[in-house]
Amino acid sequence: MPGVLVLEQSLNGLQFGLMLFLLAAGLTLVFGVMDMINLAHGSLYMVGAFLAAWLVALTGSFVVGVVGAVALTALFGMALEAGLLRTLYARDHLSQVLATFALILILNDGVKMIFGNDLPLSAPAALAGPVELLPGLQYPAYRLLILGVGVALALLLWLLVQKTRMGALVRAGASNRAMATAMGTDIPRLFTIVFGIGAGLCAVAGALLGPLLAVQVGMGENILILAFVVIVIGGIGSIRGALVGAILVGAVDTLGRTLLQHVLREFLPPQWASAAGPAIASIAVYVFMAIVLAIKPQGLFPARG
Amino acid sequence: MPTRLSRHAALAAVIAGAAAATLPALAADKVKVGFVSTLSGPSSALGIDIRDGFLLAVKMNGGKLGGLPAEVLISDDQFKPDVAKQLFEKNIKRDKVDFMTGVVFSNIMLAALPEALDAKTIYISPNAAPSSMAGKDCNPLFFAVSWPNDAYHEAAGQYANTRDLKSVYLVAPNYQAGKDSLAGFKRTFKGQVVGENYTKLGQLDYAAELAEIRAARPQAVYIFLPGGMGINFIKQYVGAGLGKDTTLLLPGFSADQDVINPVGASMAGLFNTAHWSPDFTNAANQKFVAEFEKEYKRVPTLYASQGYDAAQLIAAAVRDTKGKLDDQGAVLKALKAAKFDSVRGPFKFNTNQYPIQNYYVRTVGSDGKGGLINKSFNEPILKNHGDAYVQSCAMK
Repeated sequence: MPGVLVLEQSLNGLQFGLMLFLLAAGLTLVFGVMDMINLAHGSLYMVGAFLAAWLVALTGSFVVGVVGAVALTALFGMALEAGLLRTLYARDHLSQVLATFALILILNDGVKMIFGNDLPLSAPAALAGPVELLPGLQYPAYRLLILGVGVALALLLWLLVQKTRMGALVRAGASNRAMATAMGTDIPRLFTIVFGIGAGLCAVAGALLGPLLAVQVGMGENILILAFVVIVIGGIGSIRGALVGAILVGAVDTLGRTLLQHVLREFLPPQWASAAGPAIASIAVYVFMAIVLAIKPQGLFPARG
Repeated sequence: MPTRLSRHAALAAVIAGAAAATLPALAADKVKVGFVSTLSGPSSALGIDIRDGFLLAVKMNGGKLGGLPAEVLISDDQFKPDVAKQLFEKNIKRDKVDFMTGVVFSNIMLAALPEALDAKTIYISPNAAPSSMAGKDCNPLFFAVSWPNDAYHEAAGQYANTRDLKSVYLVAPNYQAGKDSLAGFKRTFKGQVVGENYTKLGQLDYAAELAEIRAARPQAVYIFLPGGMGINFIKQYVGAGLGKDTTLLLPGFSADQDVINPVGASMAGLFNTAHWSPDFTNAANQKFVAEFEKEYKRVPTLYASQGYDAAQLIAAAVRDTKGKLDDQGAVLKALKAAKFDSVRGPFKFNTNQYPIQNYYVRTVGSDGKGGLINKSFNEPILKNHGDAYVQSCAMK
């Protein structure tokens, strides 16, 4: 496997990881701070993507479409939290799973009634093609944008959580909710804001991935499973864990699909390699999660001490 | 409405191989069709198109099929094999339908089909046509009015030959249908397969595979990635700039109207293979496309054309038996004769009751109204093409 290809695949792994991070960051906050399993998190990602596709077509501007979709999805998330999900906090996880699963079905068919089964969304023309990073290394310009936005948002979130008063409240809520309430934190308001931020991050992921992935009903379910894997590996409630977990999952998944296949082809007879390779690649992420949990049952960076 | 007694008598007659000889069959007063398909959830677009095509044919005939008032019982299998099985049972045992039809997906149909076949109810498949039902499991009560699961891939392999493409890279999900499809491509393709990549089912990101393809430098890429996987792949393939040096070949369903819409402008110029195209000039098709667009305000897909033809096939059988639906031997004979003007042009059933028909290369181009639509080449790429499994079918 030539060096350029290894480099390109590493970039791919990093980019896939950062894209998972955008989704996992919101999920881990909601799960960690509110102790609430929100299966409908993927549906917010879908809502964000549809809103972006709709707004981009309406306004003709990619930036306006994405920013508008993020704002609208955040508002939608906050309304959802205040109107419905708030009543679920006191219930057990099973009730939360049932209710948010119902929400997936309702949002899927709701989006279909409003927007139809799918919408087109393309990268802005300036970013539609590849750029030459190194001689022989062509990389899609749009994926570089995702890399950039992913890094910037990771930094921004880190500053928000580590350096602001709201971040301190979020961290306090994640590590010990009862104590945070006792210290006078307005927990309902905090939860609504956190949920809105989580929904907004979903929309960033949905809107930015729209040009790469199908903007269609049900797009959220596929990616939600990987987002859960990420937050379980990273440690529930931890933004840092979500970032590290996402990049590790992106790397393991991409290397499992590429480097591993080359290695297997070197050492195994061709028919074995072609049968074993894809099978191993498709479970690599889950094997990795099992190993992490065996060593660190709370994940890499547990929020709760 | 056939009585229970006469139906059983007729069935017994069929089983004994003495159809219509023992009891004079009476003309039914209506034809009842059980239509079970995936109509809700993420995978519902195909089922909805089949349903709309089917109902359009009924509507254009004034609510009748073959001269009898038609009652179409529509239900949603929710993309679940067990639900489909229950709905089949209900339609057959309680509603006593004359025909079953509708299912999109092979795995769902294969789960529900025994309910129909064991109860001696005819099944007209508007889409799923797995190789098993063409070969060793072929059944006199099963008709595939669509296309065999391998056919588009065989046509694509043949097209790669005519384009003189020497090296092809293949991508499909790592499951049985994926392997079968690529086997279909390889059956007709004479050049070299430089890479075969089996990806995860439901995979989202294909950056790693695209990098491998770039490194392998094939002349063409052929993919079998149904639904959202195909949309993702095509978008990313174009974004990676691979389209400049490498030809992307697609099976018809990966370049149909329901893929063109979400992918958008980058679909233009891609080649694909199918048994039908909206621009076919035969009279039946022009009427179908015009009426469909008028009724539903969208361009029909392959699936819509298949639903329409399924209704036409049933109508032909009702018409040719003069509505004597109790005489199953005669109904099967009339179905097999398939005397209707298919929107795909020439069409007949093979001995295994799978189609013998033409396959065409289509290319995605402008529809003159700012959108994109498929346009077919004049000459079929595969002419009067059957399937590779007919020899293992016991029916002659």
